[in-house]
Amino acid sequence: MSAATSANGATATVAPEPSDSAAVVVRGLEKHYGEIEAVRGIDFDVEQGEIFGFLGPNGAGKSTTISMLCTLVRPTGGSALVAGHDVVSERDEVRRSIGLVFQDTTLDGYLTAEQNLRLHAELYGVPREAVGPRMRQVMEMVGLWDRRGSLVNTFSGGMKRRLEIARGLLHSPRVLFLDEPTVGLDPQTRSSIWSYIRELKSREDITIFLTTHYMDEAEYCDRIAIMDQGRIIVLDTPEALKASVGKDRVQIATDDDAAAIAALQSNFGIDATVAEGMVTFGVPEGEHFVPRLFAELGQPIRSVNVARPSLDDVFMSYTGTTIRDAESGATDQRRKTARLMGR
Amino acid sequence: MAGTASAPVQAPEAANGSGPHQLAAVRVPTRTRGSEVRAIKVVWKRELIRFSRDRLRILTSLMQPFLFLFVLGTGLSKLASAGTHGVNLKTFVYPGVLCMAVMFTAMFSAASLVWDREFGFLREMMVAPVRRSSLVLGKCLGGATVAGFQGVIVLCLAGLVNVPYAPSLIIEVFAIQLLLAFTITAFGVMIAARVSQMQSFMALMQMVMMPMFFLSGALFPVAGLPRWLELLNRIDPLTYAVDPIRRIVFSHLDISAVARATLDPGVTWWGWHIPSVLEAAVVAVLGLIMLGIAIVQFSRAE
Repeated sequence: MSAATSANGATATVAPEPSDSAAVVVRGLEKHYGEIEAVRGIDFDVEQGEIFGFLGPNGAGKSTTISMLCTLVRPTGGSALVAGHDVVSERDEVRRSIGLVFQDTTLDGYLTAEQNLRLHAELYGVPREAVGPRMRQVMEMVGLWDRRGSLVNTFSGGMKRRLEIARGLLHSPRVLFLDEPTVGLDPQTRSSIWSYIRELKSREDITIFLTTHYMDEAEYCDRIAIMDQGRIIVLDTPEALKASVGKDRVQIATDDDAAAIAALQSNFGIDATVAEGMVTFGVPEGEHFVPRLFAELGQPIRSVNVARPSLDDVFMSYTGTTIRDAESGATDQRRKTARLMGR
Repeated sequence: MAGTASAPVQAPEAANGSGPHQLAAVRVPTRTRGSEVRAIKVVWKRELIRFSRDRLRILTSLMQPFLFLFVLGTGLSKLASAGTHGVNLKTFVYPGVLCMAVMFTAMFSAASLVWDREFGFLREMMVAPVRRSSLVLGKCLGGATVAGFQGVIVLCLAGLVNVPYAPSLIIEVFAIQLLLAFTITAFGVMIAARVSQMQSFMALMQMVMMPMFFLSGALFPVAGLPRWLELLNRIDPLTYAVDPIRRIVFSHLDISAVARATLDPGVTWWGWHIPSVLEAAVVAVLGLIMLGIAIVQFSRAE
């Protein structure tokens, strides 16, 4: 937690840059593969020093967008600047200014960790005298310096991902792209990856652009863009997005749920349902509502639970579905959920 | 390059200190010829590291040459003794086996590109800010070096098949082996650019390599063949590697003129004896053409 605050505090220390030098500038970016429109014209800017998250279900167009920004896929329309360079006409300049960590590993398992990093340094033309010290720094950051002589094939999934992050940083990129950096990792490793990412922000003058479909991880981003079906639906800070939902979730435990629901309807005009074994409903400013609830409900309440809206609620309110349902791709399911939730 | 290489690098000791510390940034200079050379070198070096790790591969790729040389060569020598004019059959097939030793290793080197794609490492190379031609060239040179190493092992066996260890022989034969290894790797890389499945790649390579070996004259003299076989033999690129090696080897043997004329007749084009230099040039030009095609294919790939 304290790491998060210190990371946030460091935003202000980012070197002052002209305001027009955003790390990533995207205008009307499109990509279609034949009939399939993977990305349908998106616009956004990523400021320098920001942790910017792309959130959305699989197939939303996140990976295609990131591939275009990394010069791996040619856009079919629109433009994008990364670190001030055009992704189509200045491909090499873009490649030199970015670090990449893909969903799937791109390490050579038959080389040692150190050999993998040295190879990267050579390919990216890192000055020879800088390779040694820089390699040590990035490997120490991810806690793999002691394992530098081991073959990568002997590493666990989490270690490989950490090594890839270290490698992505080796040439001091201006923008680090992380495509689903924690997918397929256990919760403990996921949180350690995140502590490296947040630490990075405080240590290096770097912009981090990542995609994820884990809601809890999106909370760590300075700003997030929610993407669905090739479009950006909304883009803001996690706090602002949650505030835009407007309602807190209140859950109460009672002796007679049916009577409590009826009383909520008649006394406050609130529609409530039973969820997770408790009477559940949404109200603005839930903590101010609770005293009124006790005074005016007329039913005994055994316990009460007030929760701020989560990013799950945000995603739900903008797309009419939960991210998990969106991934299952069942459209009828999506409509049904939307109807049930009355959104 | 040296001018831009001025990154303020923090002393490594400082990195041991407790608490958060600023990571020293390195500045990556813009692309120069030097950075391309570094890329070629590192791709080449990776090939060597991986080869040295893979002892099994070193052994298995020697298997086939050894079978041909010692089993086929020994087993058939009784049958063949009437036609070889006193020359050991093993000595006769030795030049072909020298070629075979490099062919298979070069092919496996190229095949690793298919693995690289499957295991994702190819992507790490493809997104690097270097020319694709540097990557392909590094790969082909790496394959040639590794295969050349296998070639040397078989070259060391010369004494066992009555071929003298003359320095000029070793140098000349090795040079042709390297050339052949480069061409075969370039051929493999060209195929690997298109074929993404290991099974298909291996099947395709076998389908090409075995006929190439059998048609090349590695196992028979290239004169007096039936028309169809002569035609196929002259089309086969391997013919132009086996023939000069055989000429070099036979020039160091003390044998009768009849034996020489029968066993080492030399490749002819419409009756004209092709000089060894031209034969080597055929192999080299083919290699360069395939290298060019491979570079174009990899440059186009996203």
